[in-house]
Amino acid sequence: MKAAIPTLRLLRTTPFRLALLYLGLFIISVGVILGVVYRSTAGFLEEEIGATIALEVAGLQDQYRSAGLRGLVDSVRERSGYSHTNSIYLLTTPGGVILAGNLSGWPDATAGPGGWTHFKISDYGGVNNRPSTAMAVSFVLPGQFRLLVGRDMSELDQLRGRMVVSLRWVFLVTVVLGLGGGLLLARGAMHRIEAINRTTHRIMAGDLSGRVPRGGGGDEIDRLAGNLNAMLDQIERLMTGMRQVTESVAHDLRTPLSRLRARVELALIRETDDPEVYRAVLQDTILEADRLLATFTALLSIAEAESGANRKALEPVRLADAVRLAADLYEPVAEEKGLTLVTDIRAEPTVRGNEQLLAQAVSNLLDNAIKYTPEGGRITLLLEGVGPGQSARITVADNGPGIPADMREKVLERFVRLDTARASPGNGLGLSLVEAVARLHDASLRLEDNEPGLKVGIVFPPDAA
Amino acid sequence: MLMKVLVIEDDQQAASYLAKGLKEAGHVVDAANDGKEGLFLAGSEHYDVMIVDRMLPGRDGLSLVEILRATGNDTPVLFLSALGSVDDRVKGLKAGGDDYLTKPFAFSELLARIEVLVRRRSAAQPQTRLAVADLELDLLSRTVRRAGKSIDLLPREFALLEYLMRNAGSVVTRTMMLENVWDYHFDPQTNVIDVHIARLRQKIDKDFPTPLIHTVRGAGYSLRAPQ
Repeated sequence: MKAAIPTLRLLRTTPFRLALLYLGLFIISVGVILGVVYRSTAGFLEEEIGATIALEVAGLQDQYRSAGLRGLVDSVRERSGYSHTNSIYLLTTPGGVILAGNLSGWPDATAGPGGWTHFKISDYGGVNNRPSTAMAVSFVLPGQFRLLVGRDMSELDQLRGRMVVSLRWVFLVTVVLGLGGGLLLARGAMHRIEAINRTTHRIMAGDLSGRVPRGGGGDEIDRLAGNLNAMLDQIERLMTGMRQVTESVAHDLRTPLSRLRARVELALIRETDDPEVYRAVLQDTILEADRLLATFTALLSIAEAESGANRKALEPVRLADAVRLAADLYEPVAEEKGLTLVTDIRAEPTVRGNEQLLAQAVSNLLDNAIKYTPEGGRITLLLEGVGPGQSARITVADNGPGIPADMREKVLERFVRLDTARASPGNGLGLSLVEAVARLHDASLRLEDNEPGLKVGIVFPPDAA
Repeated sequence: MLMKVLVIEDDQQAASYLAKGLKEAGHVVDAANDGKEGLFLAGSEHYDVMIVDRMLPGRDGLSLVEILRATGNDTPVLFLSALGSVDDRVKGLKAGGDDYLTKPFAFSELLARIEVLVRRRSAAQPQTRLAVADLELDLLSRTVRRAGKSIDLLPREFALLEYLMRNAGSVVTRTMMLENVWDYHFDPQTNVIDVHIARLRQKIDKDFPTPLIHTVRGAGYSLRAPQ
């Protein structure tokens, strides 16, 4: 679809401006070259004519020396007698009386540099019997006789004229070709940029699936298109994620809200004088509201971990302290449930991080492990230091039911809970937060099979310290 | 304990909810709707504690407290804010706030916090020994005795008991314990604090006729001597 691009806009494009600039430089250089060609050609011909006249003069001088004035007069008469000659002669007495020659009178011009006189002639029986210019040299012979020898320049003038005309054409063609080439170049680039603009307009109008067409040449516009497409992919992914979250939020909050509403409504319908009934309903309502608020808080924590602003606020965190604190908090909880929590701190690594969010991530992992591991189970909290491809690694492993391999990616999404987990309390946001915190620290989150059970690792990259 | 409380909050509904709750708890309340009025009241009367919203029209809560502190007013301040990130909390405390509570909050949480703030202010001398009834805690030797009998506590149990004893007679919420004993400024999903309190009770209260650690329904716990 090659839409017509208004010429005026074309003239404002960068490629056209560049072409114009290039054209200007090109015109100047062509002008210089043509000028040099013209001058050297025309100058060469003029020199040739000068040399011919000099030969003629030498011949006449010989004649004068050997045959005297009479011989010279004869010779001049003979030479100027030829029809269609382009030589000019004039021999006069000291008084100005013409003795011989084909000019009607002494030219009314003074000699220029080198003794050459340039003048207009109109009345000699020369080549073409029409007015033209001539170039001549004059001498004064002994006895004040004057001799002028010259040549009709009309041929040279014609040649010059023709040269000027053809040089003008060359120049014109150069300008037209350059201008046309520039426009063509600009159009080519413009069409591709217009295609990008059209795609972006379509995307701004709401169609996120649009992509910029690529030429395949691998030039800078192609690379730009490639980057734009990659950016659009990212935006689409984010938008899809956002939509999923919004839908999940709406769904997951509607259920408890309608439960809450139903409970309050039932209490209102029931007519009783026992204040304890109402009190119980109110307490339940507060509990339900608190659960809802906790869900919002968890969502906000995830948003906080995901916001770029937090990246700047990272400070050195001693992971061993954070791990010890979390172990300390959860150890009695595990014991209460008949589980063994083993803390194994093998190194004391420091990473750049957000202490509160890291603590929250570790406690979420411990919370999950305690929640899903059946009585008598064993949970290991492991901290390792520098190793291949890592500066530190926090691992929480349990020997509970684990997560099937095909669900490990899925459980990181917000509000996703395994069917087997629905019986236990929770909002399906715990691992989402862990993942967001890991991402904030450029760490990778690994969900592995503990055979049996689940092993979750937060692996910090080598440059995290 | 009767307190005179200044509430500086621009949201009328939130302000009247606070005032009503505080009055019902037996306290005296003055309310200001913006920073200027709040600054005027804080400067002209004595209050036991101030509850300041961080975002206020006219003059925001942070700079208001900064000015108060700069003029030598050291009334305890609790910040209320819709901003819950750690960074915001640190900013609030740096500006001179004594505590920071994120909206929405339970009223019992707010009440417990301001009571603790006021009591802490009245007993400001550094102590090396804490005692409640027959329970004694020595901060230097890090030992605990009840009725003369030595009790072995783990370091974290010791820290938890110390916090409860420092605020003896006041209600301390689970969040306050997490913040002050663990420095955790988020709510773990499970009620971990209940388990820790249960353990502490095993050691402190179980073998003695009168319990000192009491559960306050809908709020938290309180360590106090029998009346």
